Amino acid sequence: MATAAVVEQGERENYLNATYGLKSWLLTVDHKRIALLYLISITFFFFIGGFFALLIRLELLTPAGDLVQSDTYNKLFTMHGQVMVFFFLIPAVPAVLGNFLIPIMIGAKDLAFPRINLLSWYLYIIGGILMLYTILAGGADTGWTFYTPLSTEFLNTHVITAALAVFTAGFSSILTGLNFIVTTHRMRAPGMTWNRLPLFVWAHYATSLIQVLGTPVLAITIVLVALERLFHLGIFNPALGGDPLLFQHLFWFYSHPAVYIMILPGMGIISEVVCCFSRKRIFGYKAMALALLGIAVVGFLVWAHHMFVAGISLYAALIFSLLTYFVGVPSAVKVFNWTATMYKGSIRYDTPMLYAFGFIGLFTMGGLTGLFLASLGLDVHVTDTYFVVAHFHYVMVGGMVVAYLAGIHFWWPKISGRMYPEGWGKLAALLVFVGFNLTFFPQFVLGYLGMPRRYHAYPPEFQVLNVLSTAGATVLAVGYLLPMVYFLWSLRYGKPAPVNPWGAAGLEWQVPSPPPTFNFDEQPVVTWEAYNYDEIPEPEEVPVGQ
Amino acid sequence: MLQHVPLWPESASTTSGWVDALYIFLLLVSAAMTTLIFTMIGIFAVKYRKRPGHHAEQIEGSTILELGWSIIPFGVMMIFFVWGALIYFREHTPPPNSAEIYTVAKQWMWKFEHMEGQREINELHVPIGRDVKMIMTSQDVIHSFYVPAFRIKQDVLPGRYTTIWFHATKPGTYHLFCAEYCGTQHSGMIGSVVVMEPKDYEAWMSGSGAQPLAVTGQTLFSQLGCVTCHRADTQGRGPNLAGTYGKSVMLQDGRTVTADENYVRESIVDPAAKIVQGFKPVMPTYQGQLSDEQLNALVAYVKTLGQPQSGQTANATGIAAATPQP
Repeated sequence: MATAAVVEQGERENYLNATYGLKSWLLTVDHKRIALLYLISITFFFFIGGFFALLIRLELLTPAGDLVQSDTYNKLFTMHGQVMVFFFLIPAVPAVLGNFLIPIMIGAKDLAFPRINLLSWYLYIIGGILMLYTILAGGADTGWTFYTPLSTEFLNTHVITAALAVFTAGFSSILTGLNFIVTTHRMRAPGMTWNRLPLFVWAHYATSLIQVLGTPVLAITIVLVALERLFHLGIFNPALGGDPLLFQHLFWFYSHPAVYIMILPGMGIISEVVCCFSRKRIFGYKAMALALLGIAVVGFLVWAHHMFVAGISLYAALIFSLLTYFVGVPSAVKVFNWTATMYKGSIRYDTPMLYAFGFIGLFTMGGLTGLFLASLGLDVHVTDTYFVVAHFHYVMVGGMVVAYLAGIHFWWPKISGRMYPEGWGKLAALLVFVGFNLTFFPQFVLGYLGMPRRYHAYPPEFQVLNVLSTAGATVLAVGYLLPMVYFLWSLRYGKPAPVNPWGAAGLEWQVPSPPPTFNFDEQPVVTWEAYNYDEIPEPEEVPVGQ
Repeated sequence: MLQHVPLWPESASTTSGWVDALYIFLLLVSAAMTTLIFTMIGIFAVKYRKRPGHHAEQIEGSTILELGWSIIPFGVMMIFFVWGALIYFREHTPPPNSAEIYTVAKQWMWKFEHMEGQREINELHVPIGRDVKMIMTSQDVIHSFYVPAFRIKQDVLPGRYTTIWFHATKPGTYHLFCAEYCGTQHSGMIGSVVVMEPKDYEAWMSGSGAQPLAVTGQTLFSQLGCVTCHRADTQGRGPNLAGTYGKSVMLQDGRTVTADENYVRESIVDPAAKIVQGFKPVMPTYQGQLSDEQLNALVAYVKTLGQPQSGQTANATGIAAATPQP
């Protein structure tokens, strides 16, 4: 393993150089090494999913379906969705940043179950191999949503292997959630009370509740799809007395809370970043923690808002629309609290903070468009169109991916012991923001115009907006590639990072960069509140990478 | 490419007006909220930027503000909810005496049958100024009937009917899209809705000479032997169907259901599902023996039984027979 790049002569022992060799990494139980194993794997899948997205956008440059065949296009959007959702969005923040930081943030040596943590990674990898096999064998074309009876009776593609890949990855997610819940309850250092926990930890706690309670439903649903496909049991097939809507209820019961699995950890990151770069404690700590829990709980009650035109009853639709608005309130509260945190702060514009600004703006736009979709009469027109595609990319890419990048930049010095080059960081953030908006804003217009989702070819009057979208995707791609390059560069040439380059609050900023294997030389005793920025001096000068 | 770049869909029905009004309201509120947040962040980012000599002021929070910015957004959201719910309720309540058109969706085309008997594939002719109710089913997977110009959409399911209604207001030809991914040619499952002035529509209608749907149903009703049990007098082994459609039916297990299109259809393909009180479960199932079009004809026929003009099954609910509403 190339840890030599990070270690200079006379360097103190840390988790990267403590032991050498492939086995020491593949059989590690150190949460920080497992986080890096995840970092490499999810980045790999991100670029695979991104590659499919580029092909989709290239096809959509012209109204005719002339780049790939229809079946191929259907596989492209299916695999893009499945790879991105299950192998990037769901695991990314918890498995990379959550794994790395939670034990340190609470003053512990590791998670409660280090071996289960490693098992989580192996389950992810097995799922990933199954997904790669599915792709190489020709892919599945069910849509990431697997709707029946199309997926169970009418397609001859690799549906079951794709389903198995997702099934396996689901257990990775459940075990990570279990680990975090037990860790948060049982491993906090003396003095680290619940009310002193960083919001990053609260966010992962709320996320873990969803992972543990929701993912098993997805697992069962996938098993039922596989059984139906193999044995034609008639669960979802009306010709045999089954109900196709049953599948949708089961699927969305997990898949709606799943989107909160994706966004809540990102919100935890933003709280850490905004506080640090405003030099202020969070505005409304209790409200922020309650909001995280509120989103997690109410998020389980809204699933049928994906089914307003599916054939559910009027009364069911009314209830789910109302509940969906309930879940919008805590999200709005969080946006207001982050903004209020900046009030009378002392604000720096380092790259993590630029991503945080981007997050707040884009998540606001994405969240507001969720309110459009929650409104029944309007949803009838825009559901199953590009309006929905734009909405969820605003919250998942403009929200979660931007938050993830904020977090990676913020904690990179701690993880790698190096500073990334700040100028390039700012440039990439700008490209991501501009590219993202250019890609997805035209899709709102396309959606209201009536362009349906999952269309390989489209009427010519939609072309200009599609071309704008593809142009944006190209800029966005450059914005994503840059960090790949400069983070790798920084491993060798980046300025060595001090213990606390940002002058940030939190126990992770009191241990060396990178931390030793067991995090702390002595168990810390916490006597201060979270975000105690009144006590932490501002760094005089942040050592920028170049 | 740059010749015609629409940014707003055409409006061709009564529903489009309702939906557009709500959309514009949401756009305005969202634009205001987005501008507010962007502006506040912009101002704070500049006004409170790190400067020598200036320090951050630690502020714990404010319960009043938390309550305020929870309750006020919630109140605004309730407007979105109620307004949207009212439109949805109207969209799900077809007006009485709507003209009916049966639809069968299949991979990858739309088949329509007017009550007067005209059949169309991928093109749907309707007159302006009339309420039209689509009674739809799928032959295979889930599809979705979507006309952006009317702002209406409804998934079309195998094994049951779903319905949607509209009232066209502007002549023209408008896109019809399938909006639920249905396999290889999903994006090819498109067509047009041709909205015509009433006299043009009459002319188009009269050119076909097709047999009215309910008459086809009547023929099937005899041919398949339905008439042997479902006789007009009450000696039959099955319930008398005259006047059943639209009424409440008491079932053997004590439940009461409304005899809508789905009930009639289910009674033909799965008679054991809902046995009428006082009758034995002796009806054979016709599952797999009838095409969806034949089922539609039977349903259309059963609906006319016992209705005021039951002597003429022809244009009971046909478009041409009724006076167009303004």
